[in-house]
Amino acid sequence: MSDKDHLTLNIDGQKITAKRGQTLMQACDAAGVYIPRLCDSEGLEPQGSCRVCSVKLNGRVVAACTQPVVANAHIESETEEINRYRKDLVSMLFHEGNHLCPICEASGRCELQAMAYRLGISQAAPHPYLEPVRPVDASHPDIALDNNRCILCGRCIRASRDVDGKHVFEYIGRGIHKRIGVNADCLAETDASIDDHAMSLEVCPVGCIIRKREGFFAPVGERLYDTEVIGRDIETQQPHHHSLHKIEVKQIDPADFPPFNKDDNGDTV
Amino acid sequence: MEHQKVIQQICADLGNDPKRMMDILWTVQDRLGCIAPASMGLIADLTHTQRVVVEGVVSFYAFFHQEVQGQNVIYLCEDIIDQHAGFNALKETVESCLGIQPGQMTKDGLFSFYLAPSIGMCDQAPAALINQTPVTKLTPTLLKRIINNLRKGKPVAATIPKLGDGNNSHPLIQSMVQNNVRKQGEVLLSGHQNDEGLSKALSLSPAEVIDYVLKADLKGRGGAGYRSAEKWKIAADTPAKSRFLICNADEGEPGTFKDRLLLTERAHQLIEGMTIAAYAIEATQGILYLRAEYRYLQPYLESVLSERRQKALLGENISDTDFDFDIRIQLGAGAYICGEESALISSCEGKRGEPTTKPPFPAVYGYLGLPTIVNNVETFCNLPPILAKGSDWFRSIGTEKSKGTKLLSVCGDCDRPGIYELPMGIKLSEVLSSCGALNTEAVQVGGASGVLIGRSDFDRQLCFEDLPTAGAIMIFNSQRNILKIVNYFMHFFIEESCGYCTPCRVGNVFLKERLDKIMNGLGEPADLEYLRNLSATVRETSRCGLGHTSPNPILSSMENFPLVYAALLKEHPSGEQAGFNIQKALDESRIIAKRRSLIYDPDFSSGEGRGNQE
Repeated sequence: MSDKDHLTLNIDGQKITAKRGQTLMQACDAAGVYIPRLCDSEGLEPQGSCRVCSVKLNGRVVAACTQPVVANAHIESETEEINRYRKDLVSMLFHEGNHLCPICEASGRCELQAMAYRLGISQAAPHPYLEPVRPVDASHPDIALDNNRCILCGRCIRASRDVDGKHVFEYIGRGIHKRIGVNADCLAETDASIDDHAMSLEVCPVGCIIRKREGFFAPVGERLYDTEVIGRDIETQQPHHHSLHKIEVKQIDPADFPPFNKDDNGDTV
Repeated sequence: MEHQKVIQQICADLGNDPKRMMDILWTVQDRLGCIAPASMGLIADLTHTQRVVVEGVVSFYAFFHQEVQGQNVIYLCEDIIDQHAGFNALKETVESCLGIQPGQMTKDGLFSFYLAPSIGMCDQAPAALINQTPVTKLTPTLLKRIINNLRKGKPVAATIPKLGDGNNSHPLIQSMVQNNVRKQGEVLLSGHQNDEGLSKALSLSPAEVIDYVLKADLKGRGGAGYRSAEKWKIAADTPAKSRFLICNADEGEPGTFKDRLLLTERAHQLIEGMTIAAYAIEATQGILYLRAEYRYLQPYLESVLSERRQKALLGENISDTDFDFDIRIQLGAGAYICGEESALISSCEGKRGEPTTKPPFPAVYGYLGLPTIVNNVETFCNLPPILAKGSDWFRSIGTEKSKGTKLLSVCGDCDRPGIYELPMGIKLSEVLSSCGALNTEAVQVGGASGVLIGRSDFDRQLCFEDLPTAGAIMIFNSQRNILKIVNYFMHFFIEESCGYCTPCRVGNVFLKERLDKIMNGLGEPADLEYLRNLSATVRETSRCGLGHTSPNPILSSMENFPLVYAALLKEHPSGEQAGFNIQKALDESRIIAKRRSLIYDPDFSSGEGRGNQE
């Protein structure tokens, strides 16, 4: 279908209809074709920085999240070449930061981890580990920031600035020293709040923004990507099996348990 | 309290305008020695932005400092040409005279010492910027003398041997820089009658000027080869309240220095060219974005602007027409990426110098959202002669697809480094013979982002159809280490990547790591495959030209100098990883655990150090 407001796109041999003014990613999402992505998130202005959504548009590699649809678009996405680039990009992010899945609270709902699984990355890439040692900011009563896990997607920057209207975060530094800065000496001195969209579980794709006292809320097996591959919700146009929202876990209070029996020497029997 | 008043005054003078952030930060640093976190907070309040936004800008640019700097600041140019010309001896001189390493300040607060990637003086290397004054052909003796005199309070200008030629000795420049013009071609450097081109342009309609330049087939001199007037046409055809014009005088490519000459000797021709282009696209305002390394030229350039305003060649009603156009100078602050047009616009808007997402292109949506034309210094300098002498005259010079002349910045191993204006299509071998290059092994054409070519390619032509270049020609003789040259370029890209996108930010670091491994004699044949594959990812998926070209030195050297790599590679049939040093990997844990290895102990063997921790 091609008319004044619509265009036909060809992606990996499949014809889909797009509205003029959409980005390639928006058009593909609506048609149930998932393009891998990390820095893009529902409701935030796309910025095209992670480059994981790279596709070939008429022979030229572009970021699908920022590229507007064009007439006669021939798009290559799930090709060997493009997937090799995506794997390279995702492994670069793994090696740039400290991503130790077994000890990370975000494990199981982490988009970086889930993307690696989707792309078939099952072992370390032959890159060096840069092993950053960036200070952890645990100053805020409800939120901690572990910048060593940050992949610089900037979703928190856009969420805080454009949704919360606060501008708690911004990029500082440049090149390999680029980091996310906060609008004060530490997070506690900013107007950040646990109720900000920027601090919600949808925004940080990794375990950098940590909501205190909520860790490991979903048991293994019930975490977001335990039973589905990332992108399945778009491909099937069905909601996720498991929710990202906090599952109430009963906190263990020692007072709930009867005291141990002690003998005369104070030893437990 | 005193600081607070100073900052308030500075911000007020610039209208508390966040778009003038670059000027605010420069002035604050000039007055207070640095831009401290408290200053950033105050600037943010005054300009109605956030402290972290100001911090984002300050931390982006190499010349901005958050910590107090010494009274005297030394930037030593670490370019590969400077390294070949004696950089190491100079670095040792600073380190021994002052007892500090790069990035440090002396305890008495008299000196700070930094390295700079490329300060545009490769034809007179080694060079340094000392208190923003360029000092060239520097020797350890001269450097010591300058340092001693600075200690006594004598400025750099009092110590430099003699002033340079031409306008370098102009009262407003007073610099020891030499022009080193070796060849004056017929377009840019020989006798253009000032403002003849502008009066011709003003006798035509704006659309006719665009057609005129279109007919001349002038392509942008930045290297990409886009036809300038086509870009203008897009801007002119975009409906807008007003349009904007920017001159890119941020030549940051290592090995280039041609804009330095044009800014010094052809400033009127440049402003005339900008005025012609502004007339063509009906722009009323323009910016000359001057790289911070050329700050010493700023007072002179300001005087050229005011002289032209007085002569009614700039400002309102230019030459008694109803055409208004004025220019301000925007000083950069040390970021190679700002040579990319959308990054340059971000910088002009007072932001981090990061490229923006395209589309929209600047010609449609640029500075402050206005249709904006960005051309480089050389492109603008071509306009007055084209208008004055005609499109046909210009088209008669050069090759079929590359008209006119090209300014080449020639440096490295040759007798006559300097500026050569030669017709497009000249063979590289002719350039090499006219500059007196003997025993040439390799030439880097186009600076760090260009290609490293060997003898078999010396007969290639410098033009858009064969070897396109923004003009940097770095010559290396057979004594030079090819891999060290390539490694320097990768170091340069790591330093200069803005970090916006993953492949350029991280990929370049990994490319250099692998090159280091090969240079350390630990390379395996598989490493070449690794370099090729990773280069492809960086080149294809990066967001802007920096990442698209940063693997070029590796790829072109692998192609043109395969034996250099092959000589260093060894097969490891047992499957062991040559790059992995288990003792080194365990070193940190060994120190934390305070345990010494029985079989390997660097502290033990060197007889000193951490061994006593137990």
